[in-house]
Amino acid sequence: MTKLLQVNNLSRSFGGITAVDRLSFDVEAGQILAMIGPNGAGKSTCFNLINGQLRPDHGSIKICGQEIVGLAPRHVWKLGVGRTFQVTSTFASMTVLENVQMALMSYHKLARSPFRKVRHLFIDESMDLLKLVGIEDQSHRVCGLLSYGELKRVELGVALTNRPKLLLMDEPTAGMEPSERQRLMNLISQIVRNQKIGALFTEHDMDVVFTHADRIIVLNRGELAAAGTPEEVRENHKVQEIYLGITA
Amino acid sequence: MGFYIVQFLTGLSDASALFLVACGLSLIFGVTRIVNFAHGSFYMVGAYAAYAIISYLPQSPFLFWVGVLGAALVVGVFGVLVETLLLRRLYHAPELFLLVATFGIVLILQDLTRWLFGAEDLLGHRAPGLAGSVNIMGSLIPQYDLALIIIAPFILGVIWLLLYRTRWGVLVRAATEDREMAGALGVNQATLYSTVFFLGSFLAGLGGAIQLPKGGADLLMDMNIIAAAFVVVVVGGMGSIAGAYLAAVIIGELSSFGILVFPQSTLVMMFLVMAVVLVVRPYGLYGNAEVHEHGFEAVSVSLLQPASKKLRCLGLILLIGVACMPLFAGAFQLVLITEIAIFSLAGMSLYFMMSPGGMLSFGHAAFFGGGAYAAALMVHYLQTPMELAICFAPLLTGLLALIIGWFCVRLSGVYLAMLTLAFAQICWSIVFQWGGFTGGDDGILSIWPSEWASNKVVFYYLTMIICIGGILSLRYLIFTPFGYAMRACRDSALRAESIGINIRNHQWFAFAIAGGFAGLAGGIYVFSKGSVFPDEMAIPRSFDFLLMVLLGGVDTIFGPIVGSAAFIWLHDKISRIDFWQFILGSIFIVLVVAFPQGIVGYFNRRFGRYFVDQT
Repeated sequence: MTKLLQVNNLSRSFGGITAVDRLSFDVEAGQILAMIGPNGAGKSTCFNLINGQLRPDHGSIKICGQEIVGLAPRHVWKLGVGRTFQVTSTFASMTVLENVQMALMSYHKLARSPFRKVRHLFIDESMDLLKLVGIEDQSHRVCGLLSYGELKRVELGVALTNRPKLLLMDEPTAGMEPSERQRLMNLISQIVRNQKIGALFTEHDMDVVFTHADRIIVLNRGELAAAGTPEEVRENHKVQEIYLGITA
Repeated sequence: MGFYIVQFLTGLSDASALFLVACGLSLIFGVTRIVNFAHGSFYMVGAYAAYAIISYLPQSPFLFWVGVLGAALVVGVFGVLVETLLLRRLYHAPELFLLVATFGIVLILQDLTRWLFGAEDLLGHRAPGLAGSVNIMGSLIPQYDLALIIIAPFILGVIWLLLYRTRWGVLVRAATEDREMAGALGVNQATLYSTVFFLGSFLAGLGGAIQLPKGGADLLMDMNIIAAAFVVVVVGGMGSIAGAYLAAVIIGELSSFGILVFPQSTLVMMFLVMAVVLVVRPYGLYGNAEVHEHGFEAVSVSLLQPASKKLRCLGLILLIGVACMPLFAGAFQLVLITEIAIFSLAGMSLYFMMSPGGMLSFGHAAFFGGGAYAAALMVHYLQTPMELAICFAPLLTGLLALIIGWFCVRLSGVYLAMLTLAFAQICWSIVFQWGGFTGGDDGILSIWPSEWASNKVVFYYLTMIICIGGILSLRYLIFTPFGYAMRACRDSALRAESIGINIRNHQWFAFAIAGGFAGLAGGIYVFSKGSVFPDEMAIPRSFDFLLMVLLGGVDTIFGPIVGSAAFIWLHDKISRIDFWQFILGSIFIVLVVAFPQGIVGYFNRRFGRYFVDQT
């Protein structure tokens, strides 16, 4: 299988605190990798490093073999990385539909066009994406008025606009009720399997993680504490120690 | 050697009053998020109050300082009154509307001071006991200057103790960092705001009072100090008291030594230093990046929709009305409508960058006046025909906006707005001080339309076509991908960047477009008036544009048009009355209390449902 994302020896510190410490892992096409760890383990920092929001102190990040360290988030996006944020971030003054249209306009290099009216652009394509993420019935509501769970779906729709090779999702199901969580993750699994893309997500809900992840990596204080299939991680003493404080 | 030491000390003493004013401005902004344009007026009132009190008291060193402190107290109490009686009613309104209220106060205080003290400059009293001079290596420096040098660090120390060693200071710092959290933790915001307003106004008043023996009191003090105070706050870093002192010293020294090197361009130098500092350290010497959740929210998040059928009909009726106007309106009305159209276009261009663009500008007059001067200079020196001059005006100001915008889009929120003000001041001072080329204060005269357009009615139609065309183009742009991407950058920079939009470039272009259209308005304006003066670029003109947009309402496209129509009409009605600024200021305050969403925003809310298409 091809390696979509290769993270090698990645480090980043803030002042005296090393948030991410010599971290290495891969994501393959058609694979869902979950990144777990207690609060402050460095998960979001790691996401921000891959996304280009932050620059690492050391290490390399490759998307399909291409080095992306030093690229701005917008260039990382152009290489096919779709991202959702831990705290949802959408265009609050636009409707759900317009949020997706905006992303599509950017993908089709029309974001600077001063000559066409947005009203008629990429409507069908946008509605298809909204159907895919199950929020087409809300398409004409303003994002500023949506609930958190709905915004998470909008974000997923937006993240899929650039036909991503890799989906980065920071707590995609936070703020949802349990049944909705499973439904959204089922959807994500489907998309990943059908389109042969890779997904990397963080999550605090272990039910979601152990049901849907193909592989799990465990972070503790920025270091890789464990990695493996859900079964391997479940049996790992080190992981139990981190989460439960039990010394083996 | 002695000469340079004295020059250095003079710079330090000049910095004192500036520091006090900037410090108060920064404190008030930090806690309440109000950009208090009336702060310069508080400074002016401080000087006049000190003059009155000291004249009344018998001459003695002790009573002199009593008078200074008394004046500061008066201004402090006045600040509290403004806060409790006026601004407190507006805290629920969008933050920007507070600006209109503070403009109103500026106008009222201006006329009130003129009414009480007369229009003539007042010579300050010499400070008893400090009237002499000290000889430093052969050069003389007034004793009073030395006193001023000591006062500023002393006040700096007192404020530092207040902020870092008292409970009140902890509350102020907490509120500066996160107002909502401070409120959630049970901090009484009303009391905190009032006390901060008291301290801030007290400092402004003190600044005015202590510089009275040096500079006297005059009616231009308010505008002169407010621009400099903005520069100090921005260079020092918002909310940093030590930064404000350092910046004030830099500015003071700069003008003190700059006058030796470039006597003609001291004003320009101050703003150039600011530009350089902001490029190297975007948030000032001691500042931190703006906290975005609580940053300066330029607009509300209302949804922009294409006009409904009924609204289109209304627009069409308006257009027909405009077209038929020459049939029954007199020459005077035509001139008035021409002016409204020109200012609507300029207001629209400001709205364009403010509302969809999310970039607040305190210096839009630079582009309007820039366009006017570009056209006037071309006609004056190159005998350019009107048609060409009107075409070149927006191109040249667009270029100017590209240069200024390159710096400005590096910042956001109120930093960006203050930087626009600084650049506008640079442009103004170039025009004002470079008399040989621009005519300076005397302006450029006899710039008239071409032969074919010299008829009043023809010129009316010409203006209407250009202005309405410009307004509609800007409106069209808002609904194109370009306009959507502007809103995207404003709504969420994080999301916009992560869907591949180059935010800085996009805002840069939007800035240049807004500048270009303002320049177009300026280009026609100069032909409608026949002359241009530096006033068209000055701060009050920038404020006029802001007022027009805010009065109309920032979340609707009709806002700037209605706003400028109301503004020009009001101006025309009352500008012949004595003390008209007082009346105008009062009207602004009444308007902003009655219609905190702006005029069009109010009507939208009240009657908007009648204009929606049935679906």
